[in-house]
Amino acid sequence: MIAVPRGVLATIRMHGRETYPEECCGGLLGEIGDGARVRIVRAERIPNVSREPRRRRFAVDPRDYLRLERRADELRLALVGFYHSHPDHPAAPSEYDREHAFPFLHYLILSVAGGRPGEATSWVLSEDRGAFEREELLVEAPEE
Amino acid sequence: MPRVLLPTPLRPFAGGSTSVEVGGATVAEALGRLVAAHEGLRPHLYDDAGRLRAYVNVYKNEEDVRYLQKDATAVAANDTLSIVPSIAGGSPDPDPSPPALSNDEIRRYARHLIMPEVGVEGQKRLKSARVLAVGAGGLGSPLALYLAAAGVGTIGLVDFDVVDDSNLQRQILYGTADVGRPKLAAASARLRDLNPNVEVVALEERLTSENALSIVRGFDVVADGTDNFPTRYLVNDACVLTGKPNVYASIFRFEGQASVFWAEKGPCYRCLYAEPPPPGLVPSCAEGGVLGILPGLLGTIQATETIKLLLGAGDPLIGRLLLVDALSMRFRELKLRKNPDCVVCGPSPTVTRLIDYEAFCGVAAGDAAERAAAVVSSAPMAPRANEVSVEELKAMRDRGASFVLVDVREPREWAISDLKDSVKIPLGSLPQNLGKLSKDDEIVVYCRTGVRSGNAVQFLQQNGFAKVRNLVGGINLWAERIEPGMPRY
Repeated sequence: MIAVPRGVLATIRMHGRETYPEECCGGLLGEIGDGARVRIVRAERIPNVSREPRRRRFAVDPRDYLRLERRADELRLALVGFYHSHPDHPAAPSEYDREHAFPFLHYLILSVAGGRPGEATSWVLSEDRGAFEREELLVEAPEE
Repeated sequence: MPRVLLPTPLRPFAGGSTSVEVGGATVAEALGRLVAAHEGLRPHLYDDAGRLRAYVNVYKNEEDVRYLQKDATAVAANDTLSIVPSIAGGSPDPDPSPPALSNDEIRRYARHLIMPEVGVEGQKRLKSARVLAVGAGGLGSPLALYLAAAGVGTIGLVDFDVVDDSNLQRQILYGTADVGRPKLAAASARLRDLNPNVEVVALEERLTSENALSIVRGFDVVADGTDNFPTRYLVNDACVLTGKPNVYASIFRFEGQASVFWAEKGPCYRCLYAEPPPPGLVPSCAEGGVLGILPGLLGTIQATETIKLLLGAGDPLIGRLLLVDALSMRFRELKLRKNPDCVVCGPSPTVTRLIDYEAFCGVAAGDAAERAAAVVSSAPMAPRANEVSVEELKAMRDRGASFVLVDVREPREWAISDLKDSVKIPLGSLPQNLGKLSKDDEIVVYCRTGVRSGNAVQFLQQNGFAKVRNLVGGINLWAERIEPGMPRY
């Protein structure tokens, strides 16, 4: 299970709306608590540098990855995963997503249909890399 | 002692540390010691065959070791190796289901299907693949023939030439009966006969800055078999801008070179050659000649690299320039690096759309070639101020006009055809031989078709020769129109 505050999810949704019809992508910084319970604390935007059509592909520049790691260290957070949008496609990982996934990271996918952000889901690669396993995405209401 | 920086998801396997001090003199040794000390990391860094996993990038300081010496890259005590996961993904492809193979196809591709690197899956991948061959000439011939035979489902061919006698020495797509036919008509028929399962997309047009992106986007891999610099830079830039791999080869006489330029994974052609040579400095095969077999050698290397890219098999020629010398029969290899200042594939590119490549490569050369071609094909074209027609030259000679005739061809060409009383100065030696010419004389320069002599005229004008003109169409047009008994070549 992974938890995300409503406000953080809102910034991801806004990013997906802005880059539509192209895919957006970004890093997820968070805290890893007891029992590997993960809570996303912030979403950091990353430029999509894919050289393939960006309506269907995203790629993160390795230098942006390293910057993100440093950013996480500065903020005393952990890099827990990445988010990206699927313009006009359901929020389910593609075969391409699975082939390119890195183990132990959480992959949050946001469907953006016709420019309107829709469902968000979270996925983790199985230990044998054979499949993406869906995990519960718990959206936390703002604290009163 | 060098240290290895671990990405967050792998830190739990190293007791939670961000970095690990390791020994070792090379990347392979350092990583070997890392996994020896933290055995849990091994399955996440290496596959069962002991190779680094595809989604793992290793950086030495700021550089990807793939573009250094890979595993063998030396590491010093103060170096930092970073393990960087490659993060990518995307939506499902529009048509993810691979095509099925018919029983006929299974029989046809039997020798592929039993290879572990191809198999049914790989053959289906070839069938669903789309490859664009730019140029259906010397390189494009073996390339297209082998790709068709191998079962590449869609082969695009860009060419607008007509088959000429002089093509048959090397362009094995064509036979004697094809002379005079449009190349693409002949090529399509030949490829369909070879393998009717292949779809040939004939693009009978010149590749230009206007159409290149939309053409290239429709293919998975581009193979550059062009023989001129403007098109070579155009193909490169179009591939960089669309993210396509460019399987490159070029040939000259007994020598050739090949590489795979793929900006996403390595250098592009501009990283190797930021700018074209001055026009006329590097002779084309039409001017300098080429061993007929050489495009066969290099075109099959292109076909091999194309198939490997499509299958995802082996070690592609990315970041390596293969140099072939057929006279000594030696193959050498140069390591190529991505140029961080590359104007098209660097981090801050200034070329973000296609430009005017004729102008970029020096407009005169392309222009002269075009005019020569137009004249040879008998299209009416009035000579310009610094040009003279073969008819006019004939009239000048007949009336005994006073002028100097300069032949800028190579000595070997003199034995094929010759204009009487010409001064022989091969183009390459013109700068050292300016003293043989007088600025007061009227000068007419010729070569085989008017391209090299066009460059010579330009050079002479820049050096103060005002009364110098180029023979349009060269000695070949002279032979065609004035002296029918003279051979053309």
